[in-house]
Amino acid sequence: MNPDASTIAAGAPIEVDLSPVAEGQDIKVFWRGKPIYISHRTKKQIDEARAVNVASLPDPQSDEARVKSGHEQWLVVIGICTHLGCIPIAHEGNYDGFFCPCHGSQYDSSGRIRQGPAPANLPVPPYQFVSDTKIQIG
Amino acid sequence: MSGPSDYQPSNPALQWIERRLPILGLVHSSFVVYPTPRNLNYWWTFGAILSFMLGIQILTGVILAMHYTPHADLAFKSVELIVRDVNYGWLLRNMHAVGASMFFVAVYVHMFRGLYYGSYKEPREVLWILGVIIYLLMMATGFMGYVLPWGQMSFWGATVITNLFSAIPYVGESIVTLLWGGYSVGNPTLNRFFSLHYLLPFLIAGVVVLHVWALHVAGQNNPDGVEPKTEKDTVPFTPHATIKDGFGVACFLLLYAWFIFYMPNYLGDADNYIPANPGVTPPHIVPEWYYLPFYAILRSIPNKLAGVIGMFSAIIILCFLPWLDAAKTKSSKYRPLAKQFFWIFVVVCILLGYLGAQPPEGIYVIAGRVLTFCYFAYFLIVLPLLSRIETPRPVPNSIADAVLAKTGSKSTPMVSTAIVLALAGALFAGSIDSARASEANDKPPGNKWSFSGPFGTFDRGALQRGLKVYKEVCANCHGLSYIAFRNLAEAGGPGYSVAQAAAFASDYKVKDGPNDSGDMFERPGRPADYFPSPFANEQAARAANGGAAPPDLSLIAKARSYGRGFPMFVVDFFTQYQEQGPDYVSAVLQGFEDKAPEGVTIPEGSYYNKYFPGHAIKMPKPLSDGQVTYDDGSPTTVAQYSKDVTTFLMWTAEPHMEARKRLGLQVFVFLLIFAGLMYFTKKKVWASSH
Repeated sequence: MNPDASTIAAGAPIEVDLSPVAEGQDIKVFWRGKPIYISHRTKKQIDEARAVNVASLPDPQSDEARVKSGHEQWLVVIGICTHLGCIPIAHEGNYDGFFCPCHGSQYDSSGRIRQGPAPANLPVPPYQFVSDTKIQIG
Repeated sequence: MSGPSDYQPSNPALQWIERRLPILGLVHSSFVVYPTPRNLNYWWTFGAILSFMLGIQILTGVILAMHYTPHADLAFKSVELIVRDVNYGWLLRNMHAVGASMFFVAVYVHMFRGLYYGSYKEPREVLWILGVIIYLLMMATGFMGYVLPWGQMSFWGATVITNLFSAIPYVGESIVTLLWGGYSVGNPTLNRFFSLHYLLPFLIAGVVVLHVWALHVAGQNNPDGVEPKTEKDTVPFTPHATIKDGFGVACFLLLYAWFIFYMPNYLGDADNYIPANPGVTPPHIVPEWYYLPFYAILRSIPNKLAGVIGMFSAIIILCFLPWLDAAKTKSSKYRPLAKQFFWIFVVVCILLGYLGAQPPEGIYVIAGRVLTFCYFAYFLIVLPLLSRIETPRPVPNSIADAVLAKTGSKSTPMVSTAIVLALAGALFAGSIDSARASEANDKPPGNKWSFSGPFGTFDRGALQRGLKVYKEVCANCHGLSYIAFRNLAEAGGPGYSVAQAAAFASDYKVKDGPNDSGDMFERPGRPADYFPSPFANEQAARAANGGAAPPDLSLIAKARSYGRGFPMFVVDFFTQYQEQGPDYVSAVLQGFEDKAPEGVTIPEGSYYNKYFPGHAIKMPKPLSDGQVTYDDGSPTTVAQYSKDVTTFLMWTAEPHMEARKRLGLQVFVFLLIFAGLMYFTKKKVWASSH
C-alpha cells in the first residue's frame, strides 16, 4: 500500500523562480501534493527570528540552521502544521510568521513553533539554490 | 444458536433441507422459541433497530456505489449527479448519510443501556467486548464514508484523522504514508478508503453474528439484572420480542424519516458542499457529531502524543469495564449511587460533544480538561470505588416477582425514551452548527421563504425572475456548472416547457469538438448542455478578479451557513429551520455599505459587507435598484432581486426539494399508521404477559 511508481515519479524535484517575489511577500507552491511556503523575509523578520534565545524554544533550532547561508532572506518551509496537518496562514499570529486556524498553533518568522499544540517546527524541505534567483526543491 | 435443535419442519421439502443443513432449526431456536426475559423494556429494542440500520446502510450503500466514482477529480461531481440525476438518488443519499447518524444514535443508546443495566457483567464480558469491536469498526467505517463525497470537510477530516497516527514515535510517519498511498491525502487515499468503506460493513455484519451468538449463549440481561430461573420468567421470542422490536423500529423510523425528508443537512456540515481543496483549510475543522466527544478529549490534552493516546483509550477503556466495575448487583435500578453517577456521566459525554464543536480557545479548553478528567474518573475511580462502598437495594428473587411488584409505573420507560431520543437527536447532534458562532458577529436576518417548512414549494415566479437575475448579473463572474438547461423544464423547477428550455439553451454558445478535422467549434446550446462557466479555469477566474475566484453558485445555498448557537439549533430541529444558507446569501447580497464603520479597515480592492465573515469581500456590490427589468410587475429593488435570485439558487442547490417534501408527507402518514398498528398488536400479544 506504499506509493506507486507514478506517484513517486510525480514527486520529482521542481524548480522555482524567485525573482518575482518582492521583499515581504511570499508564494505557495505545491510539491508532492504539499504546499511549500517560500517567504522573502524583511530585515525585521530576520532580526526577530535571530534575536530569540534558541534554548527557550519548544523545538530548539537556530534560524541559521533553517535557511541557506548567503540567502538569509529566503525561508522555505513545508506549510503543513506539525500538529494535525492543516495549512497555516502566512503573515498571521503574534510572531510575524504563520498561524494555524485549526487548533491555534503559532509559528515565528523562521517557521518555528512558538505557541499552541504543535510539537515541532515547520519542516524545511530539501532544496538548493541553482542560481541567486532560482531554487530546486526536492 | 446454542446446541443442536430438535426442530422438525412439517413440510417434506423443508425436512429434506433440515437434515442436510439445520438452518431452519437455527432460526427457530434463535428467533422463535428463544426465551427472552419478560421484563425487558423498550431500551432493549435498540438491538433490533441497530440490525435494521445495518441492513439499510448496506443496501443503500451498495446501490450508491453503483453510481459513485472514486476519483479525486470526479468524486464530488458524481455525488452531485447521484442526487440530481439518478432515480431517487437524493433519497438513497439522504438515507445513507442520515442513516450513518441514526446508526450512531442507536448505538449510543444501546451502549448507555448496557452501562446502566450492567449488561457487561459476568457472564456477558465477551458479548460486551464484541460490542466495543463493532463500535470501533463503525467509527472507522463512518469516517471513511464521510471522506467519499470529497468535499472540504471530507478532505480535511481525512488529513487530521490520518495525521493522528503520525503521533506514534518512530514509525508514525511511515504509517501515515502507508495510509495515504502518497505524500499527502489524495487520489490513492480516496481509492483505498472507498475499498475499505465497502469492506468494513461486512466485517461489522460478521462481528454482529458473533455478538448475537454470544448473546444467545449467555442469555439477555434485563432491567432487574436477575437471571431467568423458571419458565415463568421468560416469554418466547416470537411473537413477543419480534412485535415489540417491530414497534421500536417503527418509532425509530419516524425520527429517521424526519431527518431524511425534512432536514437532511441538519447533521452535516455546509463546508462539505465545497469541493475539496488541498490549498485551503476551512476555519473550523469539525468531525461528524458522533466523534465530537472524543475529538474534545483529543484537543483538551496539550501534548500531541498524549492527546492521541487519550482519545483512543477513551474507547478502549470500555473493554475493561467488566473488571473495573466489580459490583455484584447488575442493574443500576438497585444501585442508588451508581444510578446518579451514570446520569452525571451521560451529561459529561453530551457536554464533551458540545465542546468538540467549539473553537479550542479560552473557557472551552479549560472546560474540556475538566470534563476529560470526569470521563476517565467515571471508569477508573467512581466505578471501582462504588463496587466497594455502595450498599445496593435488595434485588427481587426472580423476574416474575419483579414484574408482579411493578404497578402503575409502566409508562415511565416510554416517556424517558421520548426525552432521550429528542435529546440525542437534537441537542447533541446539532451542536456541530454552533462551531461557527464565533466568526459571525452579524447574523443574517431571517427571511420568509416560500420553500421553508414541511409543505414548502418554490415560488415559480421567483425562480423565473431569479434565473433572469442570474443570467444578466451573476453569470458574468459565477458559474452554475451542475445545472443543465433541461433542468429548467423539470418538475419542481422554474416551470418552463421543454420547448422554452430548448430555446433558452440555444441562446448560449457551447464549445464542442473536436470535429473531423480535429478542431474545437462552437454551436448553440442544447437542453442536455450545462450552463457554461464564465471563465476557462479557476486560474483565469482568479486572475480576472483580483486573486479571489468567484465560487460556482450551483450549491452555494447549501455550502454557506452561519452559526445558530445554543439553544437555537435545538429549536431548529423542531421547527425544521433549514434556511441558514439562503438567509446568508440574501443577506450578503444586501449587506454592502459604502463606508465601513469606524475601526474596520478594508484592504485595497475589497468592499465592506456587513454579513461577510471578516467583512472584506472582493465582490463589488452586484445589484442596484432597477438594474434588471421584470415583466410581471414585481418591484425592481435590490431586496426583491436578492430574494428571487436566492430562491433560484436554493433550487439549483436542491432541484428535488419539492419531491423530497412531498414524499416525506406520504411516508409520515404511512409510518404513523404503521406504528399505531404495531403498538396495538404489541399490546394484544403482551396482554397476558404483564
